[in-house]
Amino acid sequence: MKLDCFVGIDLGSTTTKSIYLDENENIIGRGITNSRSNYDIACQVAKEEAEISSRFTLLERKLEADATLAAIKGTLLPWLTSKYRHANHLTQLNALKLECANEVAKRDDNEFSAVAVPMLDDVFKILEAESQDLFRPNVGARSDFFRDIAASGFLQAVEKLVQNNPKLLDRMIGIFDKAILVVEGKSYANAFSQYIKYATEETVALPQFKSFAGQIREATNYAANVTFNALNTIGTGYGRQRLPFPKEQIRSEILCHGLGAHYMFPKTTTVLDIGGQDTKAIQIDGRGIVTNFQMNDRCAAGCGRYLGYIADEMNMGVHELGPLAQKSTLSVKINSTCTVFAGTELRERLSMGEKREDILAGLHRSMILRAMSLLARSGGIFDEFTFTGGVAKNPAAVAALKKLVEENYGERVLNISPDSIFTGALGAAIFAKRGYLNEMEKINLEAISKKEQKQMDAF
Amino acid sequence: MENNKEAVKENSMILQKDMIADHFHNLAQAKENGKKVVYTFVPGNLNELIWAFDMLPVHPEINALQSAMRKKSAAFVLEAEKSGHSEDVCTYVKCDVGMMKRGNIGPTGEKLPEPDLLLLSYTGCFTFMKWFELLKQEYKCPVVMLHVPYQAEGSISGAMVDYVVKQLEEKVIPVMEEISGKKLDYDVLKSYLSASNRAENDLVSVWNSARSKPSPIDAYFGGVYYIGPIFSAFRGLAQCEDYYRTLREEIDERVRLKLGPITPDGAEVKEKYRLVVEGPPNWTSFREFWKMFYDEGAVVVSSTYTKVGGLYDQGFRHSPENPLESMAEYCLGCYTNHNLPSRVDLIEKYIKDFDADGFVINSIKSCNSFSAGQLMMMREIESRTGRAGGFIESDLVDPRYFSAANIKNRLESYFQMIDAKKAGAS
Repeated sequence: MKLDCFVGIDLGSTTTKSIYLDENENIIGRGITNSRSNYDIACQVAKEEAEISSRFTLLERKLEADATLAAIKGTLLPWLTSKYRHANHLTQLNALKLECANEVAKRDDNEFSAVAVPMLDDVFKILEAESQDLFRPNVGARSDFFRDIAASGFLQAVEKLVQNNPKLLDRMIGIFDKAILVVEGKSYANAFSQYIKYATEETVALPQFKSFAGQIREATNYAANVTFNALNTIGTGYGRQRLPFPKEQIRSEILCHGLGAHYMFPKTTTVLDIGGQDTKAIQIDGRGIVTNFQMNDRCAAGCGRYLGYIADEMNMGVHELGPLAQKSTLSVKINSTCTVFAGTELRERLSMGEKREDILAGLHRSMILRAMSLLARSGGIFDEFTFTGGVAKNPAAVAALKKLVEENYGERVLNISPDSIFTGALGAAIFAKRGYLNEMEKINLEAISKKEQKQMDAF
Repeated sequence: MENNKEAVKENSMILQKDMIADHFHNLAQAKENGKKVVYTFVPGNLNELIWAFDMLPVHPEINALQSAMRKKSAAFVLEAEKSGHSEDVCTYVKCDVGMMKRGNIGPTGEKLPEPDLLLLSYTGCFTFMKWFELLKQEYKCPVVMLHVPYQAEGSISGAMVDYVVKQLEEKVIPVMEEISGKKLDYDVLKSYLSASNRAENDLVSVWNSARSKPSPIDAYFGGVYYIGPIFSAFRGLAQCEDYYRTLREEIDERVRLKLGPITPDGAEVKEKYRLVVEGPPNWTSFREFWKMFYDEGAVVVSSTYTKVGGLYDQGFRHSPENPLESMAEYCLGCYTNHNLPSRVDLIEKYIKDFDADGFVINSIKSCNSFSAGQLMMMREIESRTGRAGGFIESDLVDPRYFSAANIKNRLESYFQMIDAKKAGAS
């Protein structure tokens, strides 16, 4: 089966997102990956992820269409998904293992190799065993990205095995860092049918699904065999100039965020987007068209990247910062949100005896204060107000925003979609659809006028 | 690299280049030739008077922007910062001070003479006063200040003209007579004013050509070249008249042939967006900045910056019939001497007169006199005209404040915003 679709890609500084829309403007697939240093690969991987996600949507639709399968969908789909993800994970682990061995061989150091080779064997045995628990149905993964999962597992395992040999630990981490780059750059999209077959067989072997084996096989087989026909693709985001697209297929992320926010929340008037490198305050009209915008200048103070540095400095994950900041009882006033000096500011405060959660609460507030200034410059905050970008996932940032909005503008409806990180890619996909329809209309009009001309000539 | 490509030159460009080279050469030899030198600012300059005394004018802002276009300003700005000028000080000032500290070598590579007089006609920019205070300390030469009342009410009254004329008669002219050792010859002054008047007519014709579609000129990026002679040393001179006659003929020909403006690379811009621009350009990356517009088919049909040295398009002309009064009105009428409501009115008028799709504000980091209130202006103009406003930020001559990626991003978004607006309206 062939499925027509429209593709939006948002090449951000931190993550690259992709959205697949069907002809009825329903989101069928979402893909996200690290932007890495290679935009081309990031773009490809995000698209592949969105395609895989689209296949799962189609699978779900197929299950819903069958009365017996629809009844067990709630338990069946999580099993298929987790088994699929596990298969995918094991393939990547295997690739990583091979690359690590290659890296060790490249060092051309027999002494190191004698220690490292058996150690890698042990490490990957541990990682494989641990992965069984990571991919159970309905278990929230710590991260969507293979790199994050593999890195933390690898580090923990190696730390145990090197037994207080920091030099060896460093060398092993060095091996991992090189190897992961190669693994991340590889494409696994073509392996969908292989993984889904594995997942199907593993699932139908379970007693509760045994009697539906035939129908399940048929459904997954269908999802694996759909071909996606992208009628139009639009790219946006920080790295959009690097996309291998012609100019007409590239849109500013400001317009895409405006339109994406409008699609998610049609009553949106003001949009705040805090991304990795920039913060944008956008005003849109009733059709999602941007009427005004302000963004930070060349300084990335107070953007997502700033939180990234703070997290590194505190040896925490970015997603852990918000919850910790929310434990604060005493807000510390912080004036600088300079990304470069983020670490300095933090260490100074810690050395003065201030608590981590209080400092973090202060940092979040000052970050939002910068955004408030951009919002004011763009014209203010009107109902409804939609917050997008990676930082919208941070509860402390959201809490600080709510408070400051209320203090400055009174009560406003604040929308945050769980899909907020995909807003730009969604806007791009809608632009792709509109662009395609306009083009079709033009072609039709030309055809009609040619036909009319012919009739006139005949007359 | 685009920037290294040799620019395609029309006759007017060659004329202007020669004029500038000659002038800096004359300045370098001023002392040898016994010529007195007057430093003065572009807005509200009294060129005809300076020439009538056979003195040579130097415009420090022009030196600064010329240095920036020749990639020399960064070092000068740093030099000034070394001697204690803060990062927030007007970068024209710092560029000038830095140039002075490094031996006063002008943009063409020849040494500039020290001033015999600092003629400060103050028109709306406070920094001008501080700037000449600094130069006064450095050069130990006399300063004569012409105080030009601000158009706080948005118009010029008879009393304001009288006040400026009185200062000219009682202060400015006597000091210039003393320094030059000459009595002012009103006939000579009138002949310079007549020449100015004719050049001004031709310049206005050039500005008005942008009403054509496509516009034959870019009235901002090209416009800063068109104002070169008349805003700097040459207003009142025969060569200035020649330049504007030649330019007008060239532009008339472009209108006849329905040609768009030409870029520095010699290509013709295919007009897609017609814009009005408020605020000075960035000089350090001038070509790159312009390219961000013409690559998208954006043509500036009118700009306010090209009116800082005179709003001739709104009817003002230097007049030999009333020499002092017309010089007074000139000083009072410069764009920098207008209040915010008048600036809003003017931009609104430009958008309508030139049928622009929208307007862009280039907000200059280190120029308070231009930048204060620009967001308010933007909103007011948007609401009056319904056309889209774009806002970008850069600086005059400090290259550190030009973030190409950021400006390009904003401009692209802005152009797409115009597209979306147009598509939505149709």
